[in-house]
Amino acid sequence: MSLADLTIAEAAKGLRRGAFGARELVDAVLERAAKTEAELHAYLTIDHEGAREAAARADEELASGVDRGPLHGIPVALKDNLCTEGLETTCASQILAGYHPPYDATAVRKLREAGAVPVGKTNLDEFAMGSSTENSAYGPTRNPWDTDRVPGGSSGGSAAAVAAGSALGALGSDTGGSIRQPAALCGLVGMKPTYGLVSRYGLVAFASSLDQIGPITRTVEDAILLLEAIAGHDPADATSWAGDLPDFRSELGRGVEGLRIGIVEELSGDGYEPAVSAAVDAMVSSLEAEGARVQEVSLPTFDVALSAYYLIAPAEASANLARFDGVRYGLRVPGATTEEMMARTRAEGFGPEVIRRILLGTYALSAGYYDAFYGQAHRVRTLITRDFARAYEQVDVLVSPTSPTVAFPVGARTEDPLAMYLSDICTIPSNLAGHPAISIPIGLDPAGLPIGFQVMAPALSEPLLFRVAAEVERLARFDARPEVVTP
Amino acid sequence: MTWEPVIGIEVHVELRTDSKMFCGCAVSFGEEPNVNVCPVCLGLPGSLPVPNRRAIEWITEIGLALNCQISPVSVFHRKNYFYADLPKNYQISQYDVPVAHDGWLEITVDGETRRIGIERAHMEEDTGKSIHLGGGGRIHSAEATLLDFNRAGVPLVEVVSRPDLRSAVEARVYAQELRALVAELGVSDARLEEGSIRFDANVSVRRRGTDEFGTKVEIKNMNSFRSLERAIDFEIRRQVDVLDGGGELVQETRHWDEEAGVTRGMRTKEGSSDYRYFTEPDLVPMVIDEAWQAEIRAAMPELPADRRARYLSLGVDPQTAGALVGAPPAFRRLFDEAVDAGADAKAAANWITGELVAWARREEVDPAEVAVTGAGLAELVAMVAAAELSASAAKDVLDGMARGEGSAREVAERRDLLQITDRGALEAVVDEVLAEHPDAVERYRSGEAKVVGFLVGQVMRASGGKADPRVVNELIRSKLDET
Ligand SMILES: [Zn+2]
Repeated sequence: MSLADLTIAEAAKGLRRGAFGARELVDAVLERAAKTEAELHAYLTIDHEGAREAAARADEELASGVDRGPLHGIPVALKDNLCTEGLETTCASQILAGYHPPYDATAVRKLREAGAVPVGKTNLDEFAMGSSTENSAYGPTRNPWDTDRVPGGSSGGSAAAVAAGSALGALGSDTGGSIRQPAALCGLVGMKPTYGLVSRYGLVAFASSLDQIGPITRTVEDAILLLEAIAGHDPADATSWAGDLPDFRSELGRGVEGLRIGIVEELSGDGYEPAVSAAVDAMVSSLEAEGARVQEVSLPTFDVALSAYYLIAPAEASANLARFDGVRYGLRVPGATTEEMMARTRAEGFGPEVIRRILLGTYALSAGYYDAFYGQAHRVRTLITRDFARAYEQVDVLVSPTSPTVAFPVGARTEDPLAMYLSDICTIPSNLAGHPAISIPIGLDPAGLPIGFQVMAPALSEPLLFRVAAEVERLARFDARPEVVTP
Repeated sequence: MTWEPVIGIEVHVELRTDSKMFCGCAVSFGEEPNVNVCPVCLGLPGSLPVPNRRAIEWITEIGLALNCQISPVSVFHRKNYFYADLPKNYQISQYDVPVAHDGWLEITVDGETRRIGIERAHMEEDTGKSIHLGGGGRIHSAEATLLDFNRAGVPLVEVVSRPDLRSAVEARVYAQELRALVAELGVSDARLEEGSIRFDANVSVRRRGTDEFGTKVEIKNMNSFRSLERAIDFEIRRQVDVLDGGGELVQETRHWDEEAGVTRGMRTKEGSSDYRYFTEPDLVPMVIDEAWQAEIRAAMPELPADRRARYLSLGVDPQTAGALVGAPPAFRRLFDEAVDAGADAKAAANWITGELVAWARREEVDPAEVAVTGAGLAELVAMVAAAELSASAAKDVLDGMARGEGSAREVAERRDLLQITDRGALEAVVDEVLAEHPDAVERYRSGEAKVVGFLVGQVMRASGGKADPRVVNELIRSKLDET
């Protein structure tokens, strides 16, 4: 087995035992990338030099007794919508080709301070708009479990890198499921924290009121390790949570006996692949066997969550992406006037899905339509939060599939945006409510493709979420690895 | 004239906080281009705004000074439009819940005081500056445009009046009052030439006696109070001419051309005015609770209207109170100190606004350098009240005090100006004068009472002006009557 296949927790132990150094570890990971990248295209940029330097520094520090904690010397991948000082950050868009940010995102800075070794920047759907990582201006990422299939998205590059072993863990961003869905499709743990728990400073905004940075890892323990490093108040983000942080480990090991688990009625039935439903049902039965009290819960507004999301997110995006105009940075396509230069730059710099969403959002905010679209979507958002609150009077956590389907073939949904949007039907409600949610791999379908199980919990209930997730992980005994990794 | 002008003014005030509205960059003028910039005010990808607490305090001060309601919870919105000097291509501003709303400002024109309604005062961020090269500095013929983002993100307060102004003069006075107010609060440099305060006017005309509004024209680019007044005057005449000629007005934005003395329609077709406002998701609602509001109010300097009311309550007459409100700060402080030292407020105010202001102007002395103290002025007022000083002698004493020659009594003694009120001392002088003027005595006795005035004058002269005329008068009458 290669060092590249260790979990973060295992690697941290190995480093401290002296079984190997951070240099060896990063070399194993870079070697794995060299082997798999041609086929997978998980990365947009691999920072060989920077990674080796950071690893060498980690070795020196650890040797001299400076221990920055469990991430010290651990190779991690960063979604390419996280700003990295001096390292190209493109959001998988032509419009930011060659853009080198002058600063690190807060989450990136915190990882560096924790001694982590950033390997590079991973592919995504352009500006995180998509569910398959096919909307990248630099070509799609493929699923390590089946390279004819998509890894999910938009954090598909991060998920593919961790699944393939070209990183031990990764950061993604989740606006409507962009961490959880690719994690599910790649057999990984993907977690979206409570809105505000992780600073958004330096995350190139897609939809500011929904975006959250979170971990994609092989285990629940690793997800906790990454979240512990990046969570916390940031004065540079006015929406970041200023209260005390919960102790993410405080409920671990308590099992699920007596815990009230709600199955979301609205997230099942037609459109859900039988293998997915069967795996989810089996996991629910296992939890029940462990003493959990399971009941069906109805959250009727979930049926309109997708519609609300596809008004709110594009509306915010239409303003967030207005700054890409060729004036100050990124691509500039010349024009006779400033207006023409801006228009040409945007027309050539943005891909079709981004343009579609900017138009949708601009329309939703326009005079005469605002109330019927954006205003109505906000009212729905309030109702969804209310539905959640009512549900949490009856149960402690909610569960569902993470995605209605397993990984779908490359190209299968690119011509049908609506079908693509349905990929996020299970994950979107948590973003609209700002609640935490996690996807845990629970098995493979008959074709050998991973299936994810989603657990949702109330705001700031990460300790409970991790407790249930760890139990799901234990019961699932999911230890399959994609073929690309097996020697 | 059958047409009545209806004018509203929008004022943009740049706050002179240490740092910008949503980042830590310094606010300063006249620097090299693009030195006070950072990822936030350049709108770099991933950057986020954090509100400046001081700016929120200052707009609250402005709101309170304009007698506005302060919103306990107010919300930032994004105002979306594309412009090269607007880094994010949206401006963080406020829309339906501004910090302050529904207030008024008093203006006085030709002795008539009117309240002009304030619709709102809201918080926003300034844009950068475009510098067009070649083509005479105009955007359409420019060869290139340079951008300076030093100003981008500077806190900006927009104050919108109701359409309550009825003439160009009123509009100018309103603008001047507002400028004086923010200068008094110390929240802005409020310099027109530097653009730290900027005025736009909305002008329409309607038939006198009707309530409907006419077609509104916005005029921009007025760089002085004089040009504001001229531009509005021109625009009113232009609109009346169009209407009188049977024409129709278009709703538009027009630029004031200072040299030509005319307003001109902008050549660009006006962009859609749909700014697609929506709540700024990067910021949380701003809470200005009662406690904070009270704290802000307590820290505010006394405003002219409050000051006037206080002077009146102390017994100062309205005209003097008005003069004192407008007096130099050093003299207003002197007044407060004199009153604290026990001076009669009315008399102290009269001495300051009458004699002292004139003295400082005549002698060309900065009011802050005038050596009169509050206690000194209180003493002078008391001595006049006790008839120790005549009115004319008191002016001399004040002159000495202003020159730093000492207290009122010290100056009076040194300059030998104390009134002689001692009856014994004056009796001898009176006897002498009566003896010297037997004819006058005779005329009095034959019923010519007004001759007393002549005799008093003679005694005053003999005493070198120091005799108390009241006492002298009494003495003369009693002596003439007793014999
Ligand atoms: Zn700045």
